Amino acid sequence: MRELIHKLVETYGPSGAEEQIRAIIRAEVESFADELRVDPLGSLVVHKQGSPSAGSGQAGEGRRIVLAAHMDEIGVMVTYVDEKGFARFTRIGGVSPITCVGTRVAFASGMVGVIGVEEKREDTGKVPKFEQLYIDVGATSRDDCPVHVGDAAVFVRPFVHAEGAQSTRLIAKALDDRVGCAVLIETLRRLERTPHDVYFVFSVQEETTLSGARTSTYGIEPDLAIAVDVTTTGDTPECAPMAVELGKGPAVKVQDRGMIAHPTVRNLLVQRAKEASIPYQLEVLERGTTDAAAMQLVRAGVPAGCLSIPCRYIHSPSEMVDEGDVENSVRLLLEVLRAA
Amino acid sequence: MILKQLSEAFGVSGNEGDVRSIVLDAVREHVDEVKVDALGNVLAFKRGTGRQRMRVMLAAHMDEVGLMVVGHDKDGFLQARAVGGIDPRLLPGTLLQVGSGHIPGVIGVKPIHLLEKGEGEKVPKLEGLVVDVGAKSKDEAMKLAPLGTYATFATRFCELGPTVSGKAFDDRAGCAVLVELLRGERFRFDLHAAFTVQEEVGLRGARVAAYAIEPDCAFALEGTIADDMPRDKDVSPTTELGQGPAITVMDRSFIADRRLVRLLTSTAEELGIPCQIKQPGIGGTDAGAIHLTREGVPSVTVAVPCRYIHSPVALLSLDDFNNAVRLMRESLSRLTRCTLERGRN
Repeated sequence: MRELIHKLVETYGPSGAEEQIRAIIRAEVESFADELRVDPLGSLVVHKQGSPSAGSGQAGEGRRIVLAAHMDEIGVMVTYVDEKGFARFTRIGGVSPITCVGTRVAFASGMVGVIGVEEKREDTGKVPKFEQLYIDVGATSRDDCPVHVGDAAVFVRPFVHAEGAQSTRLIAKALDDRVGCAVLIETLRRLERTPHDVYFVFSVQEETTLSGARTSTYGIEPDLAIAVDVTTTGDTPECAPMAVELGKGPAVKVQDRGMIAHPTVRNLLVQRAKEASIPYQLEVLERGTTDAAAMQLVRAGVPAGCLSIPCRYIHSPSEMVDEGDVENSVRLLLEVLRAA
Repeated sequence: MILKQLSEAFGVSGNEGDVRSIVLDAVREHVDEVKVDALGNVLAFKRGTGRQRMRVMLAAHMDEVGLMVVGHDKDGFLQARAVGGIDPRLLPGTLLQVGSGHIPGVIGVKPIHLLEKGEGEKVPKLEGLVVDVGAKSKDEAMKLAPLGTYATFATRFCELGPTVSGKAFDDRAGCAVLVELLRGERFRFDLHAAFTVQEEVGLRGARVAAYAIEPDCAFALEGTIADDMPRDKDVSPTTELGQGPAITVMDRSFIADRRLVRLLTSTAEELGIPCQIKQPGIGGTDAGAIHLTREGVPSVTVAVPCRYIHSPVALLSLDDFNNAVRLMRESLSRLTRCTLERGRN
């Protein structure tokens, strides 16, 4: 799965411009899908039909299940190009100025720029504001600047596999939520038979407005929905307390700022993990939310939960996950889908 | 001019009746069906020539920001609170029209002669302001303007040459653009126009209108922020007056569909219609609610730049207004099912 994650994280796909990442994912899943479509806002919906379980001989006895991971990543968008060709920008999703200075960003064309900061600031010891940052793509004037207002860019950082004793750690940008996409792809590939009608949704515009999962779920009308996304951890120096650690297994969401996981979904995940002796943790997230928050409110309501992959430094250009957690997420989802 | 009529109409969020009447009169003869839905949106349907099987939604909100009476004091003054985003700095001394009778009211202000040292530098809070309708007692005030009475600015529309001034250009400018589009020739697709309610307090009308219409794509028509006043640093204005209609790529409520943005910009380029990209990341419109409807609706916002919106008086360029109508008409005449096809990706 390492190579798959590598490919996914290094593909361009800020919220609202998911064409490139969608094409990559589509190529990975096409031969495993019974049906595949792109819905009106651009989410990729991959349907795996349920098959009758051994002995019963009846089709359609399972449930309609949505597994959702978002394809989009955070980024920046050009708001203005000045006379000298420097591009001012705003954020797409939850980007902090603290992670911006000195980083490189890439536009859809692959063109790279560096983020600079104004030197004349009242207090240079403070984190600058977005208004004090700019992207330098090497232009010398507004006329020769190759980027324009409305163009979107994403962080540039190579995918690396940490060396040494803890060699199960992966470091990359956009693990949020390409690692979730990888988990979905791998689950689909390994899933030979399931009694359920399973819809793998690679959603758009999660980082901005949770739009894609909400509208896709409306079209599918599922009985149950599980978001697969990253969550923060409480295992780094002087961090906010949180009972989730890297490498201790996937986290079953109890609640976050946007939702309380439906007890049916939470208990299902916990029970299957116990039965298959898959390590897991329970997650209470104090900030942030996932596609599950939007999915639970669709139509007459959908029992929804979330399987989270513990991740350090979320929304920075260098996020970190543990390969073991990723593998165990796939195993747990397979257990959930194989059983009736 | 329909913009004058719409601008001068009384229509604070939740109380859009006067604007609705004007809209109904203006469009009735030019559409195939028109109705008012449960929340008060005007939904007008103009059948296409049948060559494109598509449902296209155009939305403009009828409501404007304003005030609501929430109390009366013993001397007959009214207390008021904001409906939508009102800047309290702009209120002292303004002339209002209050209630369905449009009675004049003034937001009381202490004369400059009586200001104490430093008092003139402070911005009064809305909670500390009173509306004076000339009542002499609590009873009289309660009779003139009972609790829940709406008030808006009493601003007359004015032609200043290439620009016009008036209140509520956000979003009567969009309503006027939409009326002009409905008055023209049929398009190839079925056009569903929604004049929506309660945008300023939470995009409420557009949400149910889009649910009813089930469009294949949507355009929100707006009057948006122009802040092209003098500045000392080379940074972005949100939009500029006279530079043409403003196209939204991303704001706080949604990300515009890039295929629709491309349709608009390529049409503008081809025909030499001026247009500008609104500075991304600012504001929100009905498109924020519409794009989330049912299975999702590819959406975009096109706006007439207006200086001083959400204030007693705004200003727009008639060239921008006419170019917004033209850009929309030409873009819509190029809109086909192919515009929304994604190909292999």
